[in-house]
Amino acid sequence: MTLSSAFRTGLRRSLLAVAVGTVVSGMTFSSAAVAQERELLNSSYDIARELFAAINPEFQAWWEEEHGEEIAISQSHGGSSAQARAIMQGLRADVVTFNQVTDVQALADAGLVAEDWQDAFENNASPYYSTTAFLVRKGNPKGIESWDDLVKEDVQMVFPNPKTSGNGRYTYLAAWGFAENEFDGDEEKIQDFMRTFLRNVAVFDTGGRGATTSFIERGIGDVLISFESEVNNIRSEYGSDDYEVIVPPVSILAEFPVAVVGENAERNGNSDLAQSYLEYLYSEDAQRQLAGFNYRVHNDTVVEEFADQFPDTELFEVETVFGSWEEAMENHFEGGALLDQLQRR
Amino acid sequence: MSQLAFWRSGSTRVLPGFGLSMGISVLFISLVLLLPITGLFGQLSELSLAEYFAIITEGRVVASYMVTIGAAAVAALVNAVFGLLLAWVLVRYEFPGKRLLDALMDLPFALPTAVAGITLATLYAGNGWVGNIIEPMGLQVAYTWVGIALAMAFTSIPFVVRTVQPVLEDLPAEVDEAAMSLGATDGVAFRRVIMPHLWPALVTGTGLAFVRSLGEFGAIIFIAGNMPYETEITALMIFVKLQEYDYAGASAIASVVLFVSLALLLAINIWQGRFVRRLHGGKG
Amino acid sequence: MRRIGDAPLVRRLLIGAALLLSALFLLLPLVAIFAQAFSQGVMVFWENVSNAFTLHAIGLTLVIALMTIPICLVFGVALAWLVTRFSFPGRRILQTLIDIPFAVSPVVAGLIYLLLYGRNGWIGGWLDSHDIQLMFAWPGILMVTIFVTCPFVARELIPLMQAQGSREEEAAVTLGASGWTTFWRVTLPNIRWALLYGIILTNARAVGEFGAVSVVSGAIRGQTNTLPLHLEQLYQDYNAVGAFASAALLALIALLTLAAKAGLEWRASRREAYT
Repeated sequence: MTLSSAFRTGLRRSLLAVAVGTVVSGMTFSSAAVAQERELLNSSYDIARELFAAINPEFQAWWEEEHGEEIAISQSHGGSSAQARAIMQGLRADVVTFNQVTDVQALADAGLVAEDWQDAFENNASPYYSTTAFLVRKGNPKGIESWDDLVKEDVQMVFPNPKTSGNGRYTYLAAWGFAENEFDGDEEKIQDFMRTFLRNVAVFDTGGRGATTSFIERGIGDVLISFESEVNNIRSEYGSDDYEVIVPPVSILAEFPVAVVGENAERNGNSDLAQSYLEYLYSEDAQRQLAGFNYRVHNDTVVEEFADQFPDTELFEVETVFGSWEEAMENHFEGGALLDQLQRR
Repeated sequence: MSQLAFWRSGSTRVLPGFGLSMGISVLFISLVLLLPITGLFGQLSELSLAEYFAIITEGRVVASYMVTIGAAAVAALVNAVFGLLLAWVLVRYEFPGKRLLDALMDLPFALPTAVAGITLATLYAGNGWVGNIIEPMGLQVAYTWVGIALAMAFTSIPFVVRTVQPVLEDLPAEVDEAAMSLGATDGVAFRRVIMPHLWPALVTGTGLAFVRSLGEFGAIIFIAGNMPYETEITALMIFVKLQEYDYAGASAIASVVLFVSLALLLAINIWQGRFVRRLHGGKG
Repeated sequence: MRRIGDAPLVRRLLIGAALLLSALFLLLPLVAIFAQAFSQGVMVFWENVSNAFTLHAIGLTLVIALMTIPICLVFGVALAWLVTRFSFPGRRILQTLIDIPFAVSPVVAGLIYLLLYGRNGWIGGWLDSHDIQLMFAWPGILMVTIFVTCPFVARELIPLMQAQGSREEEAAVTLGASGWTTFWRVTLPNIRWALLYGIILTNARAVGEFGAVSVVSGAIRGQTNTLPLHLEQLYQDYNAVGAFASAALLALIALLTLAAKAGLEWRASRREAYT
């Protein structure tokens, strides 16, 4: 019986400790959530953490100087679709800074973002942009310069699955846009090109980060395809001697749309703050920081400063080749649409 | 046996606490488990029967069932053998490092599945610690279905070990002493004397491991390669539908996994109940 | 007297096989995690761990686990008592229902909670109009964690209590012991290790859960980011060392729980030896 009584006392004591600990820490956490100052919540895509970690303090300082008010900014990061889904289900983000036009549009369709959100800020509400580019191994052994080099028999590519990743969708659309131009719209030839293109994929990771890991750390494939900003960041992260960035002569324009989530901002009493925060992204200071993270920007002064960093390339818009994002999604990515047909065997 | 006699039989009337434990269990199951599940069926009701079948029988989805079930079956079988071995060694023998080994068993649960996935992929990829030994031998694990089975086996091994271990511990020493004194060899004694006691736990553990593997996502996607028709798992198909804001489609595929899993679990429970009843001579 | 498998050769062979396989299959990944976490030295590891966001994530994760355990414990014991000590119609169904969380993939688990308690759900809509927020706040994380972990205690107890049968308890009750006394004095000592395993598994899973939590958390840094979510974020950010530092912490929490169990076991066995 002593065994069981020792056990029982132990169990009782630990249960008590758990109960007390729970109550105390529960209170700490709920009180921590009540902030004294106004707090802006920015919901963003998953690789933008360091970017906004750099921009937020600058904005906070600027706001305090202008309005004499101290504010807090919180960040939420995740896959852009998952972030949009969370907002639709009640995540009270004041602003969104996404990397997919379709995800902001989904919020607009749900009535959370103004219908005319693309006109609310300059440049289609996209304070910065990028394109799809290649990262190849040192010396570019397979001689990859443009999209048609990717369908050669001995080339293996890594890019995320267009079904799960917006990044992967851009890659697919960029290749399609190239083929459309190359074959003068001959549907059969475009599809043949795309079929070979998709067959040369070595691994389909679910997201951009996974694809990077496959290419860099697992040593798979000859070329990694991702946003230009990403491949540059990856190159500086993993050693500029081992990899080269190739920006193809023709590629797709990738916009990084922003919007105020009207209903939430109003409810949180942050409408002015939200508007101002997004406008700030267009300021020269912010644009310089963005360029530092390898994004292409609009501010003329900054564009000139960073001219060497961004090679000239012909960027086409999704709208010109595919009509609209809606049509691109419907014709290519939905279940049973072109992407599925091209991968069928 | 009449209905009334069934109710009165065995221990049903002797022990107290029926009302209290019933109350807690039913309340909890209703609120925590059943109520949210209605959300899933709410989504399903948006589909017509034809649409539902079209979604769940789409070629790529069907291919993903094959991959998932095949890999999960292999993982479960491997775990049945490996888990039994581990449980036996942990209960029956004293050796240096036993505590550490015991602690290691829970690691797969404690690690977020994504970490497990990244780590396994790191180890088994062509340039990883294990990969660069086995790949020259012609054995490719990462980015094949073997990798999927490996990740499944890793995340579900504790189910087998931790289900078998307590039962084995609880087995009185006299059981095998008696068998040994009758002069049976180890193998025969194990099969005849120990296994009958372990079966329910072993099958339960293996079944749970299998079911867990059917739904696993985080650990697998990093090592699977995710090539259409070859190494795409069903959980990925659900994830794809979610990315497309297609809740109804996601719920449809999820419901297939749910039904299959629940049917298996129900079968295990019924079987386990029969087994125990037989073992305890009609009582259950 | 000799027991099965006591022959030295069999013994060595089995221990050897178990150790070798576990080393390859379980220890190696663990070593790899710590190797990655410390790949740039202890200082970098420490910087990552002592970062305010990481500390908050650790705190939140532990609090959620601490809240989950007692709830799952009460439920698990009640259910195990119910299904192993009584027979009634629907018993198997009840026992199978408890397995639902195993049958539902974690992301789907998060999703169903979101569909019900999210802004567009039927309960969520009402909550929202009363300005109560469960999803994207810690109550939501707690709810899905309970969902995912609730089978463990019951699952550990049921096979054992079934195997043990109820003769001892019946004897106690027949001799006049009250229900609670019977439970504390007869049942609990018999099931203590299974109960502890159940708690350990519950804790381990609660601490490590990613899929379900990621759907309902909103991942607001410094507010609703648990350690596994934080880890994912760092990994996405190319901060592999930071990510693996968090992973190492999670592995450490698991090992500490196990050490606590081992300690309790040791103390109990020592007391037994003295009396």
